[in-house]
Amino acid sequence: MKIVVNGEEIDIAGCPTLADLVEHFGLGDRAVAVEVNRELIPRERHAETRIRKGDRIELVTLVGGG
Amino acid sequence: MSDTLKIGSLEITSRLIVGTGKYANYDLMQSSLDASGAQVITVAVRRERLVDDKGRSLLDFIDLDRYTILPNTAGCFDAGDAIRVARLGREILSQMNNPGKEWVKLEVLGDKQTLLPDPAGTLEACRELVKDGFKVLCYTSDDPIAAVRLKAAGATSVMPAGSPIGSGRGIANPAAIRIILERLKDADTTYPVIVDAGVGTASDVTIAMELGSDGVLLNTGIAHARDPVTMASAMNHACVAGRAAYLAGRIPKRLYATASSPWEGVISYIPGE
Repeated sequence: MKIVVNGEEIDIAGCPTLADLVEHFGLGDRAVAVEVNRELIPRERHAETRIRKGDRIELVTLVGGG
Repeated sequence: MSDTLKIGSLEITSRLIVGTGKYANYDLMQSSLDASGAQVITVAVRRERLVDDKGRSLLDFIDLDRYTILPNTAGCFDAGDAIRVARLGREILSQMNNPGKEWVKLEVLGDKQTLLPDPAGTLEACRELVKDGFKVLCYTSDDPIAAVRLKAAGATSVMPAGSPIGSGRGIANPAAIRIILERLKDADTTYPVIVDAGVGTASDVTIAMELGSDGVLLNTGIAHARDPVTMASAMNHACVAGRAAYLAGRIPKRLYATASSPWEGVISYIPGE
């Protein structure tokens, strides 16, 4: 299934939900915020949020800044 | 006498807020944050690096029990993006249960070269974020009227720039900062006004504090100093010195000298007498 994650198109299998996707990228135990098609999905809803073909997903974190 | 700074529900003793960007490495950042004495530090919200990210993350180097994290909306050029980024920051900080989860350092920028704030976009985003329950610490220019409008829009703190971000030009227009302080604190002396951006060296911090600012926010002045840890300590002392000088009340400037030693009892010849 093709989706866009952080601006990169990827073909991904075995990730039916957002929680699976977050885990897939090794972010399961990290603080991460997720948007699907510009809508913020709170962490408690990741497990119930299914990924659909063509979804544009942002996985964001905190970095150094002023 | 305790002299704390209240920003919304948060009470802090250090009036210096420092950024976490542009350090050569995380160890240097950590030591610099420590030397600065800051209790509030700013961070940015960015995409996770999904490939080759075996490296260390900022959050591994920040003691969340020690610091309140203030997420910024740096890199946003319209109100809509700034609101999105603010909400993403809140989501991350909620997961970490950091007191900064209600906060945002709002920046809506005009363009990449000046990094000056877009006043219309800033005001629009400020209104929306306040409505959404955020405590908005609002980066703005040193325009007193814009500052008044942002306070009226519900900003928890208005943060005028001393000079453009990262420019190191210090407090370019002290008179404008004074007018902002007068206008915003007129009926509300505890309203926090924090000078944000442009600090190049320790004396810039002192000048901002001597004018009566409640705090100073800076990043590049420390991170890009030749010796960031020593500069962080200098900024800390400069902030304390400037605050104390403000509270103590400076003497007026005079055109002519006033002698410190008494004239009475001088045994010497005095010209003109």
